[in-house]
Amino acid sequence: MCPGSILYYIMWELFKTFFHIGLFTFGGGYAMIPLIETKVVDEKKWIDREMLLDLIAIAQSCPGVFAVNISIFIGYRIKGTAGAVVGALATSLPSFIIILAIALFFQQFRENEYVDRFFRGLRPAVVALIAAPVFRMGVRAKITLRTIWIPMVSAVAIWMFGVSPIYVILIAGLAGYAYGQFIKE
Amino acid sequence: MILLYLKLFWTFFQIGLFGFGGGYAMISMIQGEVVGRHHWMTNGEFTDIVAISQSTPGPIGINSATYVGYTSLTNAGYAPVWGALGSLIATFAVVLPSLILMLAISRFFMKYKNHPVVEQTFMGLRPAVIGLLAAASLLLMNAENFSTPGQNPWQFFISVGLFLFAFIGQQVYKMNPILLLVLCGLSGLLLL
Repeated sequence: MCPGSILYYIMWELFKTFFHIGLFTFGGGYAMIPLIETKVVDEKKWIDREMLLDLIAIAQSCPGVFAVNISIFIGYRIKGTAGAVVGALATSLPSFIIILAIALFFQQFRENEYVDRFFRGLRPAVVALIAAPVFRMGVRAKITLRTIWIPMVSAVAIWMFGVSPIYVILIAGLAGYAYGQFIKE
Repeated sequence: MILLYLKLFWTFFQIGLFGFGGGYAMISMIQGEVVGRHHWMTNGEFTDIVAISQSTPGPIGINSATYVGYTSLTNAGYAPVWGALGSLIATFAVVLPSLILMLAISRFFMKYKNHPVVEQTFMGLRPAVIGLLAAASLLLMNAENFSTPGQNPWQFFISVGLFLFAFIGQQVYKMNPILLLVLCGLSGLLLL
């Protein structure tokens, strides 16, 4: 793989994109969804919104780190196994470097008042960035007045009753299959 | 020392393989293994990891694997350079199961995504995933991220303001999410 070749270019783009996403994902895997939407769906057009939704379901029902699962899938779609490895590496690398640096040099990082204030301002924005795609993706998932109860019931089950998202995915998948098999035909 | 590396690898491989349900579910698993079973560090040190993970970018699973890998070696009396190798081993081990499983699933999905059974299943899944995203944001609208009017009214109202700013900036004006995060962080630095 020499610099200048198309393969090299794609791999480098893939690496840069996921390194970027890994670097700015604060507060858990869902926080990376708006970044993926902007970078991977809108900018690079590597996948569409519908596939992103499928991908969230897949990544959520698999064990392991959600963000890494997503990058493996997208990497695979773009350039097979090598792409998947690059995706996983690029997503993990920023946190690896930062945490190792903190462990090595700044044990006091957390007690720093300025860092603390920066994060107090950042956290509400993280929540907003997770909330915003709900509506955009709702349109893509072709949710109508007839089906709006499905996301509502799912959200309330997880939020108020503490149901594990894995069960919600399992039930929704089975229900979709059953609906297609027995009711629609 | 080799034994400690092997144990680290095996422990984090298992955590990667059985860690369902996202970062926080994984955290409690790591705590059980690292503090409860192997005594690589104290509960207090582990709480520090969680706090650091929350205030640094990146997935929590990766953050804690990196930190535990380092700390378990230095706590056992080895030099920082061996701790760094421990970080590398633990992080690699936690990602490896995902890589194997997701590769298999991606291959399957790409091949069969137009098969009616797969299509019907995902037709049911998509609206539920919207619910999942909604739940994720609702769960984060808590006192830890926003404070409360009783506890700290100033922080609460600023937080709500920053939330609305970021929401409208993203939803209506399609502003770059990274720019929004940096702007809100800087506002926090000035105001909170």
